[in-house]
Amino acid sequence: MKKAVLVDYYYCTGCHTCEIACAVSHDLPTEQAGVVLNHIGPWESSRGPWQDDYLPFWTKNCDLCQGGQAAHDGTPMCVHHCQAQCIKMGEVDELARELAERPNQALYLIEA
Amino acid sequence: MEKEFKTIEHERPWRYQTDDGLTVTRGSAWSGPGCHLGCGVLMYTDEEGRLVKVEGDPENPFNKGRLCVRCLDVMEAVYHEDRLTKPLKRAREDRGKDTWEEITWDEAYDLIESAFKRIREESGPEAIAFFQGTGRDIAPWITRYAWSFGSPNNVFGMSGNSCYGPRVSGSMAVTGSFWVGDYSQQFVDRYDDPAWKCPECIVVWGNNPLVTNSDGLYGHWIIDCMKRGAQLIVIDPRRIWLANRAAIYLPVRPGTDTALALAILHVIIEEDLYDHEFVECWCYGFDELAAAVKDWTPERAEEVCWCPAEDIRAAARMIAQADGCVNQWGVAVDMQKRAVSSGHAIIDIFAITGNIDNPGGNICPDYILMYFNGWGREFLDPEKRAARIGDDKYPMVANAYSKAMFDSVVEAIDTGEPHQMRAAWLQTVNTLVNSAPDPAYVVRAMRKLEFVAAIDLFMTPTIMALADVVLPVASFPERQGIRIGDGVQRAETINRAVNRIGEGIDVRSDMQVNMELGQRFRPEAYPWERVEDMFSAIFEETGKSFEEVRDQAPVYLPFEYHKYKTGKLRADGQPGFNTSTGRIELWSTYYNLLGLDPLPTFKEPVHSPVSTPDEFAEYPVVLTTGARNWSQFHSEHRQVPRMRALHPYPTVRVNQALADQFGVVDGDWVWLRNQYGRCKRKVLVDPGMMDGVASTDHGWWMPELGGTEEEGLFGAFEYNCNMLFKFDPGESGFGCDYKCMLCTIDKCAPEEAGIVATVKGDGIRKAVAMADLHEAPETVIL
Repeated sequence: MKKAVLVDYYYCTGCHTCEIACAVSHDLPTEQAGVVLNHIGPWESSRGPWQDDYLPFWTKNCDLCQGGQAAHDGTPMCVHHCQAQCIKMGEVDELARELAERPNQALYLIEA
Repeated sequence: MEKEFKTIEHERPWRYQTDDGLTVTRGSAWSGPGCHLGCGVLMYTDEEGRLVKVEGDPENPFNKGRLCVRCLDVMEAVYHEDRLTKPLKRAREDRGKDTWEEITWDEAYDLIESAFKRIREESGPEAIAFFQGTGRDIAPWITRYAWSFGSPNNVFGMSGNSCYGPRVSGSMAVTGSFWVGDYSQQFVDRYDDPAWKCPECIVVWGNNPLVTNSDGLYGHWIIDCMKRGAQLIVIDPRRIWLANRAAIYLPVRPGTDTALALAILHVIIEEDLYDHEFVECWCYGFDELAAAVKDWTPERAEEVCWCPAEDIRAAARMIAQADGCVNQWGVAVDMQKRAVSSGHAIIDIFAITGNIDNPGGNICPDYILMYFNGWGREFLDPEKRAARIGDDKYPMVANAYSKAMFDSVVEAIDTGEPHQMRAAWLQTVNTLVNSAPDPAYVVRAMRKLEFVAAIDLFMTPTIMALADVVLPVASFPERQGIRIGDGVQRAETINRAVNRIGEGIDVRSDMQVNMELGQRFRPEAYPWERVEDMFSAIFEETGKSFEEVRDQAPVYLPFEYHKYKTGKLRADGQPGFNTSTGRIELWSTYYNLLGLDPLPTFKEPVHSPVSTPDEFAEYPVVLTTGARNWSQFHSEHRQVPRMRALHPYPTVRVNQALADQFGVVDGDWVWLRNQYGRCKRKVLVDPGMMDGVASTDHGWWMPELGGTEEEGLFGAFEYNCNMLFKFDPGESGFGCDYKCMLCTIDKCAPEEAGIVATVKGDGIRKAVAMADLHEAPETVIL
């Protein structure tokens, strides 16, 4: 199975929960992270609407919570706690189908 | 008829073991440390009993497994090396000095008991003021403690009670109830409940609800509703993230919300978009309101609010046409001197569009304990209550509020009028850096008190400056409690997951301390042996004990819409609203009686480009304070490494034009300054800020800096935005212009800039990683 993460970044509010859920459960020092939140914006785009998106990025520290850090139901800590519920982790083909359904999403292949 | 309470059928008991030897304790994260909400959590402890992990509880309908950074990282706060873990005392003449001496709980209790009893005997119980911090899990407890002691002077340390109180009291005054947005939070099955409908429109007015957490609102419910089709209108001087997802964004000059609301009312009435049936049957004074808003065209409001008239018109139409429109208002409505009028004007919008007590609109929660009114009123002598400080001057607070005026209490402490104040009790409150205007004056005044006792998690600037005895309070994983807060109440228990006694640490909860000391002051007010018995007494109405609620929590109260049609809003059982006319009072008989404006009216803020043009020439920036941050709740979390790393410094947001005007760039250290004082901030250039407006965050102190008065009380004055404010409450007793002040911006001199803040125990941000990239990266010398 090829494991992937799908982020519906239209709804990502930039709450940092994924970063901290990961950092705490993996006991990472503050200069490292398994997930890094990026903020792209805000600025007024030349096309009119404002550019203001957050997008989490999974770093090489990410082990998909395979070392016993997962939440009690087996989901990785970042997915379990995402306040906007805009992160999914699963099989890449399935998530790729979801990706095609609407814009403002990003798909990461974590484990090939 | 018996009320039918709904409960949760959990898969597991409230405490269980995992396969890998951990113990899981289910409970509510009602704080501190943390916020107003009380999310459902699963707390994991290891074989040594140490808290190792906190997860959101998916079985709790409130947060459905989600959890924010502060609770995920609560271990860092619980086990922080700076936690207060022993009672301390210090000589009165040593206030401001680090000469604390560890004492036992018994000795601390004896000191407090003898001082308080002596003063009560000599000067009456009213000579002692009881301070509380923001309404988390202390509000009911402190009222009973103060009132059963005999003092009516329990206080929230903010000029004009400018947080939540104005909205609640104003709403009670004109509608008879308090209303919150309908996000399905009253139903066990939430969004799937057939009675619920998704709001078509949510008006986010003067708050950043994803980040803040008032009125029982879990902010991300707004995201849940957006996914289900809700549209947004966002009203804020800063283009917050929600504004960039909104159908309509209305930038508004701070302090002019009332003008904007009057213009929205104007459009709805002029264009005949209001709900005729609701207005005719259930509102009072419509013609007077219509006449009052006749001249409030959107064009007039544009001049006042700096907001495009056409957008005001569009917003008014969208509100009126929505089937279910939520009033998601926040403290910006409270933090202006004319808070009562702003609240009244905004409520009127939702009233005349029929968005009261309706699915997808605004709902009236039932209560287990009327949180807002306090607990234990029967123990307070009515004569003492009538003589409460400040009530002679502020009619609405006198009539409708469970707390004495902070403004008047500080004045009494300073001047001895109307009577001498001799002592204070400070309960999980960091007034000096959070909420008090003119903090240097507050220190000078409160130094006159002959005895001050405090209880808190950490040594704060407030305690360092003022207290003689300090008690160490338990954090939520360390204590028993109940969750019955603001917004839609549900009965839940806060369950101790960690017992520190084995480590030789005896920290006690606010409620345990109130009960134990209360039993010394007024035994009949505390007839319970255990705190759990006290909690069961509060839950009595549900027919469930503390232990039963613990198994079944959250317990949901019965709920129905349209209670005004069935007589369930009024004690007499008659249809209508709980006001003297039985209707929502667009023209308020109550305000009229108190000598306040019966109709909402706009007045400029005390200091503004319009009301004080000369001052504006010297201080050409409109300043709004109180911006919220994800990782810091008011003045908490400044010493918690991961939380501090997410937001290491106090910031001031300005747009590029304003930065250019003062010759500053992103990341510069500056002073915000006006005629009253100044505070230090780091510039954050945000293209989403309105022209001419600066926004800053509050609650700042630097636990890593020297704490003694000589060293600056942990930076309590240097980084405190309330240095730019004076006590100046509204005539009703509600509101103060915390969100609409004038200032200028001075670049710090080189020797003042570059002050490096570090957090004990760990480095703060060493790389850009984990930081909000928009916030300027900082080089930190460790």
